[in-house]
Amino acid sequence: MAGETTSGRPKQRAAARRMTRRQKQASTLIDATSSGWKLMLFKIVVLGLLCATAVYAALVLFMNQRWLVGSLVIVGAAGLTWIYLKRGALPAKYLAPGLVFLLIFQIFVVLYSGYVAFTNYGTGHNSTKDHAIQAIMLQAQERVPDSPTYEVSVLEDSGELLSTDELYLAIVAGDGEVLIGSEDEPLEPSSAATVQDGRVVAAEGYDVLEFNELLNRQTEITDLSVAMSEDPNAGYLRTQDGRRAYVYTSRYIYDEMADTMTSSETGTVYSDTGEGAFVADDGEQLLPGWRINVGLDNFVNAVTEDSIRGPLIYVTLWTFAFAFLSVATTFALGLFLAVVFNDKRMTSRKYYRLVMILPYAFPGFLSALVWAGMMNQEFGFLNNVLFGGASIPWLTDPWLAKVSILIVNLWLGFPYMFLVCTGALQSIPEELTEAAQVDGAKAFQAFRSIKLPLLLTALAPLLISSFAFNFNNFNLVYMLTGGGPRDVSAGVSVGSTDILISMVYKVAFVGAQADYGLASAFSILIFIIVGTISVLAFRKTKALEELN
Amino acid sequence: MAVTAPGSTLIAGEQTTAVGSARLRRQRYPRAEKPALARRPFKKWWRETGWRHLVGAGVVVFSVFPLVYVLSASLNPGGTLISANSLFSRVSLGSYVELFNRPQQPYAAWFLNTLFIGLTASAGSVLLGALAAYAFSRMRFTGRRVGLITLVLVQMFPQLLAMVAIFLLMMGISEVFPAIGLNSQIGLIMVYLGGALGVNTYLMYGFFNTVPTSIDEAAHIDGAGHARIFFTIILPLVSPILAVVALLSLVASLSEFVIASVLLRDPERQTLAVGLFQFISQETSQNWSVFAAGAVLAAVIPVALFLLLQRYIVSGLTAGSVK
Repeated sequence: MAGETTSGRPKQRAAARRMTRRQKQASTLIDATSSGWKLMLFKIVVLGLLCATAVYAALVLFMNQRWLVGSLVIVGAAGLTWIYLKRGALPAKYLAPGLVFLLIFQIFVVLYSGYVAFTNYGTGHNSTKDHAIQAIMLQAQERVPDSPTYEVSVLEDSGELLSTDELYLAIVAGDGEVLIGSEDEPLEPSSAATVQDGRVVAAEGYDVLEFNELLNRQTEITDLSVAMSEDPNAGYLRTQDGRRAYVYTSRYIYDEMADTMTSSETGTVYSDTGEGAFVADDGEQLLPGWRINVGLDNFVNAVTEDSIRGPLIYVTLWTFAFAFLSVATTFALGLFLAVVFNDKRMTSRKYYRLVMILPYAFPGFLSALVWAGMMNQEFGFLNNVLFGGASIPWLTDPWLAKVSILIVNLWLGFPYMFLVCTGALQSIPEELTEAAQVDGAKAFQAFRSIKLPLLLTALAPLLISSFAFNFNNFNLVYMLTGGGPRDVSAGVSVGSTDILISMVYKVAFVGAQADYGLASAFSILIFIIVGTISVLAFRKTKALEELN
Repeated sequence: MAVTAPGSTLIAGEQTTAVGSARLRRQRYPRAEKPALARRPFKKWWRETGWRHLVGAGVVVFSVFPLVYVLSASLNPGGTLISANSLFSRVSLGSYVELFNRPQQPYAAWFLNTLFIGLTASAGSVLLGALAAYAFSRMRFTGRRVGLITLVLVQMFPQLLAMVAIFLLMMGISEVFPAIGLNSQIGLIMVYLGGALGVNTYLMYGFFNTVPTSIDEAAHIDGAGHARIFFTIILPLVSPILAVVALLSLVASLSEFVIASVLLRDPERQTLAVGLFQFISQETSQNWSVFAAGAVLAAVIPVALFLLLQRYIVSGLTAGSVK
């Protein structure tokens, strides 16, 4: 009703657009009164749960000495509570839930990739130096000859809440003092423990494991080794049965002052030369090493080391070629079919459309696997049936494999292009073609110089995102050829159909040697390429300017 | 009704009648204008629609034969890759039964996991996306334009680019909270939800803008608060785009391989994409028919949904493109 009265008078309408203070007040009043107690109750319950979870999470984090993350959790939860309890700030109320996930799992991980790209993170380098020293000391341990036997008790944290699964060993030292320690903390004196027959039977804050629990957690117990003191050379307390423990020492001796590891067998000295591992003079590395910042090393290696540079350039070129050719072929076929079936005289076209949607509806990864079977050189359907027993190396020849990938992608992608081209064609008024034909243009001429330019402008943003999608079309490449056939000369595991993203996956997750640092450096490269392309493309299409 | 040309029956009987019925309708228009239309000779029919059917037949064969092949392979129990080549030589459901009786490859678990992850992630994506699209479409606030542009740009960077960082982040989380870290489906869903805003908001935003704001205003005057306007008035009006987004994110999470394979290690917890890929790479051609049966079952839900919601999807896709 209000709309009717104001619509006729432009002056009043302009005035109404500017919200007066009274109107704003009225609007907040409406929001306040209409929300009702049920909504309020819902809000309080949800926020209460959120805060409780956050406090619990922060406590656990603080217990694990993760001060920064713990504080962030508290700050984040407080921020959310503030947003939802505050009157007003409506946009924030609607955006906050999505933004939380976006910030953590999309924005943060990108920044974190950037960080990892500057480290040597990977197999053999995935922890801190202290952990590496401990791990080296734990390797090749031997029982100290003639060392005493300790009557040991295995303990765990008592209490339900906030307890961990961590196990502790407790012994009674020679002077009658009770010592308790765990994997992470060396043995330390404890006063509140009860000793019976030289064995700890109860300790405050801990539960002593019973015999059947010892059996249940046997592997955990035999893996457990507790440092005798802060000095790693003092050896480790280990037990096989949870009853008797002995002191073991490593055949490596750590010299804290010189920061070197010395092998007690060969006498070789390994020193920390800043490469993230202890290295002997002859270059032999003592693994595991630890995570360090390597600066631009990953990027420099990718560019200067021949065994990486060659494949990287090859893969990058193929990625571009693959993405471009995929868009070109699917768009060409889709457009052709859209033109063919965009004829009102053809009443059966909806059945054709139904059939053509099928490849699009069939999950992409399954299509790739099925095609991989059909293209098998010895047993596949294509060679055995369609080509009458020929032995065409569809997936094993470096060049033919590329063609095969494009064929399968054509099958996967043309329905989509057909659908969007049909939609775009139908939105172009028929009068334009008719006018051209009146002026004497042939049908094809009219299509080429009138419809096609209009179509391309309308579809440009879509073609760009299709390019970006194919640029990272991991599933197709990995499921169809696995990136193969493999390039044996390359220093990293790549094949001739690998695209950048599948190379990242292989470097990081396939095979025994994972190199997260190098893989992240490659990801950063993809980020830069994709970012540049999309900025250029969007600038050209002016798609962003339409936003208001 | 006389058939237009005797030769046209060569193509297909059905199609000729279709052409015929089209002509019936056209006869309602004044005949005097185009007398040639009343009776089309074969040549004319061929030039106008006949060749289109020929193209159509080619496309149908190209689109359908891999699907027919996998269906036939799945009905050939004990079949290997080579025995799958003789299409429909034997028809039996044996492979489907065997599929659920393989302790090494818990197909039923994969299927349920995929459904659970897919449905939860897609419901969450729709909710988060709709909330954000509503804010962008109906509210004016500082940073709105920047926010929209950022979302369009974020859309260009799929999450799988950061797979290494996601893996390391989840590894860090599982050190403290194993329940939501590596090898946990909740963790995977959270990662998928992180990508929800970037992918869906812009599509939804465009559709929200087509709903006139006067509807909101009228409801506001009648005393409805913003939450009520959103849930009871706007959401039903934009349900087509909600269906499209829900379906697209369901299918996306169903086909997602990279992050799922990196995060889910335990065979019992994996999804169909990860499980079936490992199945095929472990025993390439021996159990081809069991794999084919698994593929057919995995595809039933997405294909059915696509066909049911076809109209919405087509309009959703074209709305995204033409605008």
